[in-house]
Formats: sequence, C-alpha cells, structure tokens
Amino acid sequence: MVDAVQDERVRQVSKWRQALIRPELGSIVGTIAVFTLFAFFAYDSGMFKPQGILNWSIVSAQFMIIAVGACLLMIAGEFDLSVGSMIGFAGMMIAVFGMVLGLPMWLAILITFVICAAIGAINGIIVVKTGLPSFIVTLAFLFILRGFTIFIPQTIERKTIIGGIKDAAEGDWLAPVFGGKIGQPIFRWLGDAGFIDTFQRGSREGQPVIDGIPMLIVWAIALIIFGHILLTKTRFGNWIFAAGGDAEAARNSGVPVARVKILMFVFTAICATIFATCQVMEFGSAGADRGLLKEFEAIIAVVVGGALLTGGYGSVIGAALGALIFGVVQQGLFFAGVDNSLYRVFVGVILLAAVILNTYIRRLITGER
Amino acid sequence: MPDSAMPDSTTPGSTMRSPIIEMRDIEKHFGSVIALAGVSLDVFAGECHCLLGDNGAGKSTFIKTMSGVHQPTSGEVFFEGKPMSFSDPAAAIAAGIATVHQHLAMIPLMSVTRNFFMGNEPVKKVGPFKLFDQQLANKVTMEQMSAMGINLRSPDQAVGTLSGGERQTVAIARAVHFGAKVLILDEPTSALGVRQTANVLSTVDKVRKQGIAVVFITHNVRHALAVGDRFTVLNRGKTLGTANRGEITPEELQDLMAGGQEMVALESSLGGTV
Ligand SMILES: Nc1ncnc2c1ncn2[C@@H]1O[C@H](COP(=O)(O)OP(=O)(O)OP(=O)(O)O)[C@@H](O)[C@H]1O
Ligand SMILES: [Mg+2]
Repeated sequence: MVDAVQDERVRQVSKWRQALIRPELGSIVGTIAVFTLFAFFAYDSGMFKPQGILNWSIVSAQFMIIAVGACLLMIAGEFDLSVGSMIGFAGMMIAVFGMVLGLPMWLAILITFVICAAIGAINGIIVVKTGLPSFIVTLAFLFILRGFTIFIPQTIERKTIIGGIKDAAEGDWLAPVFGGKIGQPIFRWLGDAGFIDTFQRGSREGQPVIDGIPMLIVWAIALIIFGHILLTKTRFGNWIFAAGGDAEAARNSGVPVARVKILMFVFTAICATIFATCQVMEFGSAGADRGLLKEFEAIIAVVVGGALLTGGYGSVIGAALGALIFGVVQQGLFFAGVDNSLYRVFVGVILLAAVILNTYIRRLITGER
Repeated sequence: MPDSAMPDSTTPGSTMRSPIIEMRDIEKHFGSVIALAGVSLDVFAGECHCLLGDNGAGKSTFIKTMSGVHQPTSGEVFFEGKPMSFSDPAAAIAAGIATVHQHLAMIPLMSVTRNFFMGNEPVKKVGPFKLFDQQLANKVTMEQMSAMGINLRSPDQAVGTLSGGERQTVAIARAVHFGAKVLILDEPTSALGVRQTANVLSTVDKVRKQGIAVVFITHNVRHALAVGDRFTVLNRGKTLGTANRGEITPEELQDLMAGGQEMVALESSLGGTV
C-alpha cells in the first residue's frame, strides 16, 4: 500500500469497517443467517451429517457453475437468458452425438462444447454489432434453443429423453472428468477410521456413505477460483468492469469492449455446457426439459451476491455465496420437512432483502447518489 | 537531429519542421448532420495548439477524429508524416495520442487506480500468469495525482466519490501519463478551481517543453492565451483561420470565437496568418 498523505477531511475509518464494507457483505450476512436458521430448525434432520452436507453441496455447486458465468457477464454489462435452454440443448447434443450417431463419448462432449461456445459467440456478436439489449437477443435464443432441444430427439428418436449414456461412457477418458468422483481413498480411510459412517448392510457393506467428491463440486470450485482471479487480479478483469461500467468510456480509453463482451457470452455458454455435461453423466440421460428456469436462478444468485444488474459492479465470491444460499435453502427446507411451495416465498424474501442491503453497501463504496 | 539545434524550438509554428499530426480537409457527417465541413489543422511537437469556437462548432467531433473515436467521412490524417487512419481509440493510444474527453472517459463505479490504468494496465508475471500489478498502479496513480495538486484519500477510492474537478484531474493526469507524443485536452479546466487550473496550465506548459504536441480546447480566452502557441477558431464545422501567438489580441480572439457579425471586420486583422 502507498502511504496516503494524511488528509484532515477524512474521518478515520477503522480497518474492521473497511474490511466489512465490500460487495460480498450482503451475501456473507445471508449465508450466516441461512446456516444459523437451519442449524436451529433442521439440525436433527441429518442436514449437517456427511450425506446431508454432500446433498446441499451438490445442489449449491450446480447453482455456482452457472452463477460464475452469469456474474462475469453481468459485470460486463450483459445478460444471458438462454442459459437454461443452453443446458438442455448441450445435454441433448451430447446424447445425439454420443448415442444416436454413436461417436465416442469424449468426441461427443468436445463437439458439444465447440457448438455451444459458438452459439454463445453468436449471442455476443449479435448484441455487440446491433446494439440491441442482450435481454431481447438472448430471450430469442431461449426459445430457439429450447425448441431445437425438443424437436431434434422427437424427430430422430420419437421421444424427448435419450438414455443409456452411462453405459456408453464406460471406459471413456473424458466422461469421468464431468461425471466421476475424486478423493475415494481419503473417504475410505475416513470410513475405516470411523470419522464418517459406513454402510451396515447390503452390497456396499463396510464402504463409507460418501465415497468421493463429485467432479461437479470440483468444477464449481475451480470456476469460482478462475473467475475471481480473472476479475480482480488481471488486466482482462479490469476490462470486464470497464465494459460494464460505461462501454463508451471504456472504448475511448482503449479497452476492446466488443471482444470482452463476446468472450463473456462464450464463457457463460461454456459454464452452461459444463453444468449440462456433469448432469448428463450423473443421470445417464439427456432430457428436453433440463435446465428450465436456470437462467433466473443464476441471475438471482449473482444479484444476491452483490452485482449490479446494469453492470460494472459485482463479485464472483458474492455470486458463489448467493448460489450457496440457494442450495442450502432449497435442500434445507426439504430436510426441515417444510412444504416445497414455500421455497419460492423464501427465495423472494432473500432476493428482496439482499438487494436492499447490497444497494446500501454499494452506495457506501462508490458514492453513487 | 538538426531540429533540436534550432534556437527557437519552443515556437515551432514559425519553423519549417514537419508536423507530428496533420489533418487535411476533415469532413464528418452524422446522417444528415454535417458536423465538420472540411477542417484542416496541424500540430507540431512541442507546441500547444488551441482550438476555440462556439458551442456546437465541431471542436469535440474534430478531436475525436484525431483520437480514433470517429473515422472521418472524408479527408486525410498524417501522423509523423505518414498517412494514418486510426480504426479505434486503442490504435491512437498505442501510437502515443492520449485524450481527455469533454465527457470524461471515467467509470464512477471503479477505483481511481483502475480508471487511471484502464486499457493500459501494468502487468507482472507470477509464475506462468500475467497479473495486474496493483501495487505499481496504486503507486503511480498517487504520484501523478499529487503532482497535479490533488491528495487522494486512497487509490482504491471509487471515482464516483470524487468531486467533478477531482475527476477531471484524474483524467488529465492519466492523459499526461500516457500521452507520449500528442496530448489532446477537450475543455479540461471547465470544472477546476483556481489552483487546479493553474496546475493544468503549467502542466500543459511543462509537457510542451518536453516536446509533446498539445491540442487544447477551451472557451476561456485567458487560458488559451496563457499557454497557446497557435490559435485555430472553428465555426459551424469550418475553420475561421489560424493565428500565431502575439499576432492576435484577446479582444480579437474573443470576438472571433463568438462568430458574430464583428467577424467580418475582424478577418482583415488576422491578415496573412489566415
Ligand atoms: N454522434 C453525433 N450524432 C449526431 N450529431 C452529432 C454527433 N456528435 C456531434 N454532433 C453534432 O455535431 C455538431 C458539433 O458537435 P461538437 O460536440 O463537436 O461541438 P463542440 O464544438 O465540441 O461544442 P461544445 O463547445 O459545446 O463542446 C453539433 O451540432 C452536434 O449536434
Ligand atoms: Mg465539445
């Protein structure tokens, strides 16, 4: 840090306060609140036993993967409403290439990533070249992609779900990167040492109840670290903030705004494809209705995490915490035995509370009036 | 270099050196609006060329064609003697042309440091990665700002928390720092206090003496006369002429800028310099 010249017009701000006033504050408070709440009301339900933790961790990780993409894109000043449809579409592409056309699974996955990244780029190019709001452009793709996702399997297979992917992916080198697990030896050791429960009966008797960390969670953590470093520690990150803060000012300062925005659309599409691939490998099937409404859940997680809807401000860590809040609430209500419909009420309340708190914090930081 | 041996290199307008940037018959149309109807202007290294004129005369549009924001509808740009067309601001910045736009290219939500280095971020290598060198950036920002007479509370402060004049000073400090060859200032003193204005004018004088070409737009004749070597007056998208320092009185310049009826009478007083 540089020694600032002592300025008599600045009230001394304590280190504590300075560390606290940050974009993520709202989501940190929310995370603590949610965990406290469920610790009180659902402690006996098994929510905080290893299996319970794994359960809400997986759901949170799903939210996190798409929230990281949506977060960087929103900070760059754009939306992608086609994320949910992209998840369904990507899953279906893997099934079509891998099952219907019989390509090896790794090739089907790679082709799908290329296609989806290209669609993300098309989204971005249309938005940048026409100057249309991304809201409208990606809304169009929400319908286009969902339409194809239903049309293609119906036309060639006469059904909307294509299964059997687990068997087809057997022995493939790339599929386990999305559908596999890591850390099995550690969990076996934990089970043997009595730190976590083991199955008492059945074919898996003696094995730990958790036999590894799903790759989905690994992807989520990797994407959060990547997104956070990219945004806060690199020059490209500065361009993301600048492009979303004021595209014209950024361009006049020499920032390649068009390139930044298009790349962020591509990144969002890649995040959706990672989500879809993990899901397809886990379920062993691709369904035409997968990913419904995911775009809104991603956007809500990002906004709860402190990002500004109009761009130029936000945090990947905040978005990840927003996703965590979502996952914990969704599964926690289930553990607590609360009727599922109340989940929506909860989401609405959290969204409203977080946005009000975040607006207040942001004004403190940025001097917005 | 024979140039540097010239005794009066601080008044290069009168020498026979070639200009660092020359704009010939620049026209710029926005749809049916003719913002510039053939403007020519040249700037020499080490000179401060003042651009004056009424509101809507086309000054900002003109300097935007110099800084790559707009591409001229017709006309030619020569940079260091070679024909040049900047496809975007990044290209002009890379060539050493820095601009303080009238509507400052500042992002209120971002910190002073991040704004200062926007588009020109210093990087340091950490292992295989190139990361934004925040420490260096903070240090340079604080130094440059205090050189302009503004003590920042912290380089992490958001630009949105600065006053209008403080923001303008950040923009100027940034342009001075990155303007290797040409510095374009579009009404840089419009929001500044007495001390900061004096600072900007003396900065203009300083960078000019370092051999940088300055294009200075202002509505204030006293500011123009304080630092200008040559004065070009624009009116309704055309040049009324260029006058050298000492060949025009403040009153004449004032009337010329107003572009009123006195103008006709004044044209004779510009004489051979037009
Ligand atoms: N993007 C644009 N589209 C249409 N017309 C424009 C555009 N930019 C500038 N103009 C027009 O061009 C003319 C010159 O504008 P410009 O901003 O260059 O004036 P100026 O000399 O800088 O004025 P001021 O002293 O008020 O800053 C104005 O009539 C303006 O309306
Ligand atoms: Mg102007």
